[in-house]
Amino acid sequence: MSRAGTKLDSKKVFCMKNILRYDENLYIINSELFTLTYGALVAQLLKDYENVEDVNKQLERMGYNMGIRLIEDFLARTGSGRCYDFRDTAEKIQTGFKIFLGITPTITNWSAAGDEFSLCFEANPLTEFVELPDHCLNLKYCNVLIGVLRGACEMVQMEIACWFVQDQLKNDNVTELRIKFIKRLEDAIPAGED
Amino acid sequence: MRQQIIDTKINLHASGEADECLFEYLHAEMVNYALSKSCKNKEGEEELSRLEWMGFSVGYRIIERLTREWNRFKDELDMIKFICTDFWSSLYHKQIDNLRTNHHGVYVLQDNSFRLLNKVGTNSNKQYLQETPRLLSFTCGLLRGSLANLGIISTVNAEISTLPSCKFHVQVQRI
Repeated sequence: MSRAGTKLDSKKVFCMKNILRYDENLYIINSELFTLTYGALVAQLLKDYENVEDVNKQLERMGYNMGIRLIEDFLARTGSGRCYDFRDTAEKIQTGFKIFLGITPTITNWSAAGDEFSLCFEANPLTEFVELPDHCLNLKYCNVLIGVLRGACEMVQMEIACWFVQDQLKNDNVTELRIKFIKRLEDAIPAGED
Repeated sequence: MRQQIIDTKINLHASGEADECLFEYLHAEMVNYALSKSCKNKEGEEELSRLEWMGFSVGYRIIERLTREWNRFKDELDMIKFICTDFWSSLYHKQIDNLRTNHHGVYVLQDNSFRLLNKVGTNSNKQYLQETPRLLSFTCGLLRGSLANLGIISTVNAEISTLPSCKFHVQVQRI
């Protein structure tokens, strides 16, 4: 209490020992905190960058950084082991969405070779309060998801590519995310070490 | 429709509050971003206005969602108490531990184990003390924004002495 000019009561106004009120309504707010915070971030990025493409790139980069950490949480929480094939991976990605965002996207449109599929979102907490203004039609609002998936898969030795095919914010019926398997990453030993 | 969305969210929490880390990672990325964009000012302090602004806009919106079915507040102290209890526990999973005021527009909110700090260090670990302001300015903005929407114009500063506890000084601006 060393701030000049403010004399504070020595006795507490009140002590916070009353029982916590676990109101369901208040719990919802916590996920809205995430939604709104993400919205504020996108708004700030749009302010900072002139080019919408740069915003997309930045969102992807942030997602990547989140993904490489989130995979740890995912593995710890689910205790899941290695995937047998890419279909197995698809199901685990679906579980990931269920755990972290509480939504279950549907897995559809498998390619014949089984290396490419789509995730379709009917509800998406990220876009709950969002409407895109006309000048941002190139904005990929949920681009953070792409980064998260790429980062998370890279940490389990899998290189994937993903992109949005349809977007509810652009008046499509569903948001469709296409995911393609590129290759397995081998453990690389840092240069100069045996 | 609306009811359905609410139901799924409650189920989510029943399954173990998994989305908790999501916000923390996002916050970390925002801090990272704000730092990459800012240049240090003359006193060598980091310029954190971007974080503060983002916090403000989140606070301004989220308080509306929180107080939707709440009775009208009696006075300023009543609002601050709401911030300390329900607001804080829904955002940071615990209440403010201690509130002090001079009854003339200065409030000091103390949290002994702040959610965004308690993984940084404990037991008066001084190693990261220099870096902590960047972890608090989002929350300063959040407080200022929510108070602004309740009709209280204020400035909010944060102070840390020992991790992971911190104090938020709210100074109400009288017009």
